[in-house]
Amino acid sequence: MFLKEYFLDIYKATKSLLTGMKLTGYYFTHHKEILTEEYPENRKNLQLAERFRGEVIMPHDANNEHTCTGCSSCEIACPNGSIKIISKFDITPEGKKKKAIDQHIYHLELCTMCGLCVEACPTDAIKMANTFEHSVFNRNHLIKRLNKPGSKIREGIEE
Amino acid sequence: MFSLEGITNFIHEWLNSHLSAIFALLAEFVLVGVAAIGLFAFLGLVLVWMERKVAAVMQLRLGPNRLGPKGIFQTSADTLKLIMKEALTPDNADKLLFNLAPFVVIIVAMLILAPISFAKNFQIWDINIGVLYVTAISSLSVIGVLMAGWSSGNKYSLLGAMRSGAQIVSYELSAGLSILTIIVLTGSLKISDIVASQENGWWIFKGHIPAIIAFVIFIIASTAETNRAPFDLAEAESELTAGFHTEYGGMKFALFFLAEYINIFIVCAIGATLFLGGWMPFHIGHWVAFNHIMDYIPSSFWFFGKTGFLIFLIMWFRWTFPRLRIDQLLNLEWKYLLPISMFNLLLMSVMAIMGWYF
Ligand code: SF4
Ligand code: SF4
Repeated sequence: MFLKEYFLDIYKATKSLLTGMKLTGYYFTHHKEILTEEYPENRKNLQLAERFRGEVIMPHDANNEHTCTGCSSCEIACPNGSIKIISKFDITPEGKKKKAIDQHIYHLELCTMCGLCVEACPTDAIKMANTFEHSVFNRNHLIKRLNKPGSKIREGIEE
Repeated sequence: MFSLEGITNFIHEWLNSHLSAIFALLAEFVLVGVAAIGLFAFLGLVLVWMERKVAAVMQLRLGPNRLGPKGIFQTSADTLKLIMKEALTPDNADKLLFNLAPFVVIIVAMLILAPISFAKNFQIWDINIGVLYVTAISSLSVIGVLMAGWSSGNKYSLLGAMRSGAQIVSYELSAGLSILTIIVLTGSLKISDIVASQENGWWIFKGHIPAIIAFVIFIIASTAETNRAPFDLAEAESELTAGFHTEYGGMKFALFFLAEYINIFIVCAIGATLFLGGWMPFHIGHWVAFNHIMDYIPSSFWFFGKTGFLIFLIMWFRWTFPRLRIDQLLNLEWKYLLPISMFNLLLMSVMAIMGWYF
């Protein structure tokens, strides 16, 4: 009984060690499995994952329209205070005052790419882009205005 | 045909024709010393690079790839960096022992080089107790390790050194027994005799299953003796921050590092000599034509090829297996390897007496 267990132990140990060696041996002989990206060389055809978070952007459509209502949810959600919403009041054709976005200021230098602002936005106005080459010589260049000049909110978003 | 024997003979004759006998001998001593140091430096650079490459590919990385083709000069740059760094001695260290330890380790590694046969008739010292000499000297390296751990004045270093001591002392037993298994067959401790006895086939093939078991045990035990993963709990970067050489920096650290790789080379060379025929080409019994073709490959290629294969095997272990705990380590040795190798030795002796081997 004792001897049987003893040899069974040896057999099991050998088997599991060989299983491990088989996998590493497979990786050693199959170089196509290598995951490393050689960055500056493959800059042209670099494939980044969809979920990679590089910076916050606000997509605009062909008519220079976005979907940001200026609600400030993103500003409140941001743990670092990287977003500053400057709102203005538009006068609608009926003569009513309506809150709208004037400047969506985004501090890339303070952002930790947590993505909480994107989660918080009720109208999906902002999203994370996967650009990552952000170095500049003057850090003022990192303070960005996300809504383009002259852009306005798309019709039908606020209903 | 390329042969190292030709080169040594040429140098020997040239020196003797130009100098008196005693100066020729002295000049040869110097040449051997220079060659040994050169080999060390070469091994250090190449094996570290090889290790990093093997590790990288097994972990789906690329490894060093910037300096030179495939990063081959990376290790030279690292060495240059280590040479330029300050070799610090901690305040509460035992200064003499602390500074002596790396040299003890490296000198021990250098001593074991003496009886190793690198190619046909290419050997520093063909002593008649070659294998005994190797096993005896290799146990000395633990003294260097203990010295380093003790004198550092650091509890992690001390723990690492103690673990290393326990490990080397226990694994030496099964390494010794598995070496004995082959000695039973060869009937000689002299390295050149051992190699010559494998003229018609290597012991791992001629000795049947006991030889294979001995080979496996030898590889396990020598991995443990060189303090490499999965038996690297003397270093244990994660818990002991490199164990006995925590306090070392610069060139003194580099000597420990170099000694690790030299020791790997040496145990693999011993393994290749005992089980895989040393420099002996691959021969099968009485296939004269086949044996003759194999003889055209220079013996030094055979030796370095086999040693390189074993080194690769040990690196493969390191990057596959998880580290053992100290109790598992001692269990493995005293409950498994030692009884099995004792039984194996008995079996092999019976086989040798009855002549049940080729
Ligand atoms: S990603 Fe996070 S840190 Fe950056 S702006 Fe959005 S909420 Fe703030
Ligand atoms: S980006 Fe979204 S959350 Fe931020 S102000 Fe505009 S609509 Fe509100």
